[in-house]
Amino acid sequence: MSKIMQLSSALRGKKISSAELTKEYISRIERLNPKLNAYVCQTFDEALKNAEAADKMIKNGEGTLLTGIPMTLKDNIATDGLPTTCCSKILQGFKPYYDATVWSKLKSQGAVLLGKTNMDEFAMGSTSETSVYGAPLNPVNTTRVTGGSSGGVASAVKADMAVYGLGSDTGGSIRQPAAFCGAVGFKPTYGAVSRYGLIAYGSSLDQIGPITTSVEDAAIVYDAIRGKDTKDQTSVSTEDGKTELAKDVKGLKIGVAEEFFDGINPEIKNAIDAAISLYERSGAEVIRLSVPALKSALPVYYIIACAEASSNLGRYDGIRYGYRAKDYSGIDDMVVKTRTEGFGKEVKKRIMLGTYVLSSGYFDAYYKKACLIRSRLIADFENVFKECDVLIAPAAPETAFPSGYSGGNSIQMYLSDVCTVPVNIAGLPAASLPCGKDKNGLPIGMQIISGRFCDKKVLSAACFYEHEAGIVIENQEDLL
Amino acid sequence: MKYELVSGFETHVELATATKIFCGCTTAFGGAPNTHCCPICTGQPGTLPVLNKKVVEFAIRAGLALHCTINTTTHLDRKNYCYPDLPKAYQISQFDKPLCEHGYVELESGKRIRILRIHIEEDAGKLVHEKGTSYIDYNRGGVPLIEIVSEPDISSTDEAREYVEKLQLTMRYIGVSDCKMQEGSMRCDVNISLKERGSQVLGTRTEIKNMNSISHIEKAMEYEARRQAEILDDGGEVEQATMRFDENSGETYVMRTKEDAQDYRYFPEPDLLEVAIPQKKVDEIAASLPELPLEKYKRYTTELGINAANAKLLYKYKAVCDFFEECLRLGAGVKNTANLILGTVYSTLNTEEEKELFNIRVTPEDMAGLVKLADGGKINITLAQMTLAKMLESGKPFTEYIKEEDLAGVSDDELTELCRQAIEANPKAVEDYKNGKEKAISGLYGYIKRATQGKADIRKADAIIKELIK
Repeated sequence: MSKIMQLSSALRGKKISSAELTKEYISRIERLNPKLNAYVCQTFDEALKNAEAADKMIKNGEGTLLTGIPMTLKDNIATDGLPTTCCSKILQGFKPYYDATVWSKLKSQGAVLLGKTNMDEFAMGSTSETSVYGAPLNPVNTTRVTGGSSGGVASAVKADMAVYGLGSDTGGSIRQPAAFCGAVGFKPTYGAVSRYGLIAYGSSLDQIGPITTSVEDAAIVYDAIRGKDTKDQTSVSTEDGKTELAKDVKGLKIGVAEEFFDGINPEIKNAIDAAISLYERSGAEVIRLSVPALKSALPVYYIIACAEASSNLGRYDGIRYGYRAKDYSGIDDMVVKTRTEGFGKEVKKRIMLGTYVLSSGYFDAYYKKACLIRSRLIADFENVFKECDVLIAPAAPETAFPSGYSGGNSIQMYLSDVCTVPVNIAGLPAASLPCGKDKNGLPIGMQIISGRFCDKKVLSAACFYEHEAGIVIENQEDLL
Repeated sequence: MKYELVSGFETHVELATATKIFCGCTTAFGGAPNTHCCPICTGQPGTLPVLNKKVVEFAIRAGLALHCTINTTTHLDRKNYCYPDLPKAYQISQFDKPLCEHGYVELESGKRIRILRIHIEEDAGKLVHEKGTSYIDYNRGGVPLIEIVSEPDISSTDEAREYVEKLQLTMRYIGVSDCKMQEGSMRCDVNISLKERGSQVLGTRTEIKNMNSISHIEKAMEYEARRQAEILDDGGEVEQATMRFDENSGETYVMRTKEDAQDYRYFPEPDLLEVAIPQKKVDEIAASLPELPLEKYKRYTTELGINAANAKLLYKYKAVCDFFEECLRLGAGVKNTANLILGTVYSTLNTEEEKELFNIRVTPEDMAGLVKLADGGKINITLAQMTLAKMLESGKPFTEYIKEEDLAGVSDDELTELCRQAIEANPKAVEDYKNGKEKAISGLYGYIKRATQGKADIRKADAIIKELIK
């Protein structure tokens, strides 16, 4: 059931004002956030002002479904005059003087921003635990991580501290936390949503998308933020108008690639199999197939993402903005100390890895080879989507890890991205949505993937399952 | 000298597009520090570049003018290095697929200096050091550049000078850059090595960075060649190094050696799409190219019959050529027009820059009108010069100075009478002439010029005088 539709019609029907609604959300955040640490920056004064402006828009019969709806943004999406830190010490105190295109689109529709949410430092991580502000907690079970890197958005949305939020997904950072927290996460086709104002991690992989409590809401938010942006050359124009979701799946060809199920927790595998059976019973055709290049996706991802990150993060030198080391002698020392003190361990690790794979003498063996395999994977996916409409896969090989998990083995951590990274490498659209729970009551996420610019197919198939399986995403307030 | 100089140039030229290469900021020179900037050209987090199409067009224009082939599909790369004037810590440039390749610059001797490649890239900001503090001005950051890389075909400082001048001239002709070295819109990195005369084996080279005047280039090359020769004469080896030229001492210094050479970690810029240029666009640009400097020089000396020295004085300045050719188009004769420009007009333009701008107060129409009077013998060249000088000063048309009655000139009878008077008044000169001193007769011209305020046709007078005293 679409929460946005419900709230919007309540606002339009004068059952509640945006100001009142915003106050409700603010008091929830004040109550819950000290436990969950989802918000790292709260912008309540601006939110109330914006809510009043939204009420005027509604009174005048203007605006959209998102007018007056309280929401949140991941802390790596630039907001004019408001802190945007990527949850890194190095961007301490940084307030951009420009808006990300997604935010200016939402702002002009009267969206009400409650604050910025927690994430892994520079979106590098799968648990949100590398945040300089400490990890957000999973509202479903606070001994578990939220997943990452958009863990703060997932936690806030799941705990109803925001109606919806925008995250970013470079290797699964929207889909995996949505899966861990039992929410819906949608990563649009690369280029469908402008990246302008999204602080870059891996530029050829990064994509902004919504985390919501229903697929319908994800489609509404997606419609509000997508489209060609003259400020982002890699953005592409998308179909005008609302994304209409198909009502049935008769004749839908669902691909199931065996590689996606290698090493997957059996409980998750069973839940996905059950979902696939439901589609089959509803008239979809299931095609079993193999995509061998998927096995190379993980190393390709870590090479390309780190290479781009090593370049993207070179600008944080303490000269123009953010953190600057206190004691230094000369410019070189200042830059070295600023970066040494300003970046966390995981970020440094990836900068070094990326610098290494681009270095002369290693470039061909790592970066260039990764690009070649990337092309092969793209081609393989193109062939897959000639045969089928969507692929169904798990969103992650495990349900939410216990907190502190990433302190251990980082290879183990990287492996947990195996289900999500192929989508980014090929620039495909994919959603993750709840499809049951494991024996500990932790949400299991199903991933639906389609070909480039077939975002509608993804959302339609997801929406069908959500309705047919009777998935209703409950707020987790009772658990806290 | 037992060595031959081998030199190649890497020349950075700022393109004269109105806006920067990846954002809408102005490219205007100067301005208060950090006022020609925006979030994009200062590399603020989350911002993205958008390639200015004009930059690609201008670079293609430059490439075609230098006889390059154009890569119609290409891309930009990131060149990663850390320096305070480079706000993203990478420069967006081109690495393995430059926009233009394999051209040449032809010198007047006919020798060709081959161009290896021309690529597009963004300029960096500028550091300003004041009283122990360093400041950064990002106004120049993101100004579009082309880097023109030559083969090591330059073998003397004279060739180096001509190569740079030809590049400047060509860029100005085609309107892609003003190439003002003093303002930094053209800068050269000079690679130098020596080889044994006649040998095919190249020596180790050094690179002198960031030269901003032709005379510095010559001095630096001479100094560096001498330095290398001394090392070689002593049996030593030249170390590959990046050098700096000190304008005050006239010497070169090592900035860094090969050991600390940078690894730029080039990779394709993921924020920009591949650049695909329709062949039709390239053809259009080719068709729109004006006559190039050397072509013009050749046409002036052959078709127009201008002597080489004068042709050189004309074709060096595009604006002068435009003015000159417009006068010809309006019917003025080549010889008088050229002479009036080179004599009377140039004498009012004191600097190279003034000649380049050629901001004079006379229109081609007026100039042509005046020249045509001289061409037709209605006024003599002296009067034309005097009149032109007044026109340049006042900006008034020639009709202001040359009246109808002046044009009537001096009748043949009047002139014959004047000649008689001149002979009577100058018996000594006449005597000398009769004794074989041909030149003595010119003493009589002054008399006639004075008497007619320059209106008389001296050639005619000359004939009459000679007839009378025969």
